[in-house]
Amino acid sequence: MCLAVPGKVLEITEENGLAMGLIDFAGTRNKACLTYTPEAGVGDFVIVHAGFALQVLNEEEAAASLKELGRLAEFMEKDKT
Amino acid sequence: MKYLDEFRDPELAKGLLEEIRRTVTQPWTIMEICGGQTHAIMRFGIDQLLPPEITLVHGPGCPVCVTPLETIDRALAVAARENVIFTSFGDMLRVPGSRDDLFRVKSRGGDVRMVYSPLEAVKLARENPGKEVVFLAVGFETTAPGNAMAVKQAAAEGLTNFSEIVSHVLVPPAMEAILSSPDNLVQGFLAAGHVCTIMGWDEYEPIAARYKVPIVPTGFEPVDILEGILKTVRLLEKGTPGVENQYLRLVREEGNPVARAVVNEIYEVCDRKWRGIGMIPRSGLRIRDELAAFDAEKKFRVEGIVTEEPEVCIAGEILQGLKKPHECPAFGKECTPRTPLGATMVSSEGACAAYHKYSRKGLS
Repeated sequence: MCLAVPGKVLEITEENGLAMGLIDFAGTRNKACLTYTPEAGVGDFVIVHAGFALQVLNEEEAAASLKELGRLAEFMEKDKT
Repeated sequence: MKYLDEFRDPELAKGLLEEIRRTVTQPWTIMEICGGQTHAIMRFGIDQLLPPEITLVHGPGCPVCVTPLETIDRALAVAARENVIFTSFGDMLRVPGSRDDLFRVKSRGGDVRMVYSPLEAVKLARENPGKEVVFLAVGFETTAPGNAMAVKQAAAEGLTNFSEIVSHVLVPPAMEAILSSPDNLVQGFLAAGHVCTIMGWDEYEPIAARYKVPIVPTGFEPVDILEGILKTVRLLEKGTPGVENQYLRLVREEGNPVARAVVNEIYEVCDRKWRGIGMIPRSGLRIRDELAAFDAEKKFRVEGIVTEEPEVCIAGEILQGLKKPHECPAFGKECTPRTPLGATMVSSEGACAAYHKYSRKGLS
């Protein structure tokens, strides 16, 4: 049930006093409430669960993690031979 | 999909698996807390790729599974009333109570509707002033902020026809219940990454210290899970329990304080029954007394409905990591996803349902 999906904020509007975002999930667009991520701007990635953005995705951390894991994979491959 | 596909890269997964194989020197039992992680482990076959020293056991992190029968029975009693629009996330609709489920109430004419966000239930209340709109608020710390905001928003708009049946549960008390059991097998945890987006990892530090276990907030993609396992195994092998974050792109130490403030404004901590496990002190959330007008159990006077759990399956032992689904004699026979006998077969994220779907019976 704690399924949460990353998506890109396309636009920010206000509905009934709450900040709402139009979010692009790889081509599928849906609305999510942005009240818990006031720092989220257009172009940011947020993680969305049950209609609410819970956190802004740290793209630098994501890139750093992938780079480090890539180095590990490369090292393991070389080390085998 | 960006930020999902990269974390499913088979080359990265291979590198991690190789490093896990090189690091492990003795048997370890690790529990993944979240049902979403259990599902991913089965779907991607991670349990079958790990070295034999590592045993993954599946935790209680499936809110649909652990929602007590009593709450379902109370929800059914409210949903069957005239003039009520009963709303719920989709996965709660087919959960059986003692004699019924929400789908059957709907088929008999009850106005039961699935919502994607709790704010949709508030919208229904706004658009149907002559009806009572009730939302079944279940979930862990991940879901509580949205469900709390629905009450806050209804109060701000002066909607008197919106209320919630709240059966929220909290992760750390369940971890402590598992660790303090004399039969406990769990030596390390993959903590549920999305719970930690809200809660951070402050609360895990004292648990890691008291029970001398590693706790690693972990994401949900195969590369995340393998990296979480690697971090846990490294801490276990080094004998240095503690908290180490795997889910760096989304989990910060402080979590999301803005969301937690709203949860604390609307809900308060209470004792909570867990389906299959029983009462765990201070393991749940309920609506604060001053907001009782939004508490559907009080509003519709269903608090008197008390249901005892039948002793028909081993879900409690599975939820505590003591047994695996295929060790149950009813698994795949009397008990299937269409005819679930207990908590862990009820939801698609339950360990028994995941084993059934991915045909793990007889493989291990």
